[in-house]
Amino acid sequence: MSRSDQGIEAIGLRRQFKDIEAVAGIDLRVLPGEIYGFLGPNGAGKSTTVHMLTTLLPPSGGRATVAGFDVAKQGAQVRASIGAALQEAALDPFLTGAEHLRLQASLHGIRGDERKRLIAQLLDRVGLANAGTRKVRTYSGGMKRRLDLALALIHDPSILFLDEPTTGLDPQSRTALWDEVGRLAREEGVTVFLTTQYLEEADVLADRVGIIDHGRIVAEGTPAQLKAQIGKPTVEVVPESPDELERLRGLLRRFGAETAARPGAFAVQLEGHGALPEVVRALDSENLRAAQINLHEPSLDDVFLAKTGRTLEGAEEE
Amino acid sequence: MRQQVWLIARRSVVRTFRQPGTWIPPLTFPLMLMAVNSNGLRAATHLPGFPTNSFLAFFLPFSFLQGALFASGIAGVDLARDIDTGFLNRLALTPVRGSALLIGQIGGAVGLGALQACVYLGVGLAFGVHIDTGVAGAFLILLLAVLIATGWGTLGLWLALRTGSGEGVQSQFPLLFFATFISSMNLPRNLIEVTWFRDVATINPVSYMIEGLRSLVISGWDAQALLLGFGFTVALIAVSLTLAGRQLKVRMART
Repeated sequence: MSRSDQGIEAIGLRRQFKDIEAVAGIDLRVLPGEIYGFLGPNGAGKSTTVHMLTTLLPPSGGRATVAGFDVAKQGAQVRASIGAALQEAALDPFLTGAEHLRLQASLHGIRGDERKRLIAQLLDRVGLANAGTRKVRTYSGGMKRRLDLALALIHDPSILFLDEPTTGLDPQSRTALWDEVGRLAREEGVTVFLTTQYLEEADVLADRVGIIDHGRIVAEGTPAQLKAQIGKPTVEVVPESPDELERLRGLLRRFGAETAARPGAFAVQLEGHGALPEVVRALDSENLRAAQINLHEPSLDDVFLAKTGRTLEGAEEE
Repeated sequence: MRQQVWLIARRSVVRTFRQPGTWIPPLTFPLMLMAVNSNGLRAATHLPGFPTNSFLAFFLPFSFLQGALFASGIAGVDLARDIDTGFLNRLALTPVRGSALLIGQIGGAVGLGALQACVYLGVGLAFGVHIDTGVAGAFLILLLAVLIATGWGTLGLWLALRTGSGEGVQSQFPLLFFATFISSMNLPRNLIEVTWFRDVATINPVSYMIEGLRSLVISGWDAQALLLGFGFTVALIAVSLTLAGRQLKVRMART
């Protein structure tokens, strides 16, 4: 099996910092060419896991292989196979974008015309062709993140680690980065291990998602599988006349358990995805006129809530 | 390895010289102190046994040492910033060797040290300092000054790797400054009358670095002074490199 045919595998991976167990024995498998979203609040153990998988931190226990190489024993081979854009774009404000790429390429042993070609190609690919000669201190947050991505790709790695790559970016920059990451996986077959605290990011980008909380993976699967497993769609109805709210409540309770709704509306969690037409038919047959009917699909936040007992937002504040 | 050292060193030199605010004051402050002391303490040259009638010539070597100390602060703070921003992790993910990283990282301090040495020597010559050992001696002065900058610079790296913060590095520098002041910077050791000060200056390696440089300026070829000056400087480099190397392994704990 060639190196690029292998993804990431961890078995019982653990990391202890004195009395604190930051990663408490995680098992995961990321297939080649897959985008794996590693979702969790700050302090859940995401970055520690990435540091172990990228060889920057020796594990306290367990085992992990990246591109077929043992992270504890074959660090140099792992590093040659991976690219990493770690939390906070680690850039030198006094160097230009092109100088960063030149340094990174040279340290990876890329020289001469090949280096020049790669630098021009990557700057172009991440939309920094006109900013390559500017010092990084003049870059916006989005530009720094894009340069960070280009630096991670300079030696053509088969596996890419992105640690919260869009934190602090504006929506436009975030979307641009998502597009590029998606393209890398789909068109170039790069395996992507993406940590994020944004549910939407995991939902949009990841083929599979692992949810980590207090150093343990509490749920894993495709976003659709996780949502189907845990969450139920919610239907919220606003009656045309506020006086009909009590009658609406009685009708909707037949379709599921009551859940939070806006003032003047009533909502229930539906037992199945096919229940909405039945709700509409029931409203019609009871002659109950609705001003609005909203269907909310379950989100990864619902999954997080079900698995941890907290919303991701609430976990952030702990 | 050589290529890696060159790449890291070039980055260190470029970033140092692109921050004028960090290298202009360290370049000019020793000149100001030289100007003030060579005038204010000129009367010291009338002391019996004082080795020269030019206090500027006597004091000039201290400027090299002081400049080197400033340069080491810059090297330390720059590395601390790299640790803080994660740039060290970025480098750690490349095939760069720890030793190349360490040696290359002091490139900025060495570059600044070399610039300072040239400027101080030029200023000294412009104001009438006569180098007793001639052109060869002047080159040896520059060499020793750069080596001293390397030694102090490496010490700055060790402090950065140990503390991981620019504040941590800066907080240690008053101690190093104190060490340079309790030395033979202002008077030859045999003319220091306060016993404890003379004793401390005698066991202080900084005295021998200054005296090595000073011998080239005012005493001619003095093998013992040069041996001690170069010896203590090389020892400082060796000790600092060992300490910094050990600390780098802790800080850059890649597998």
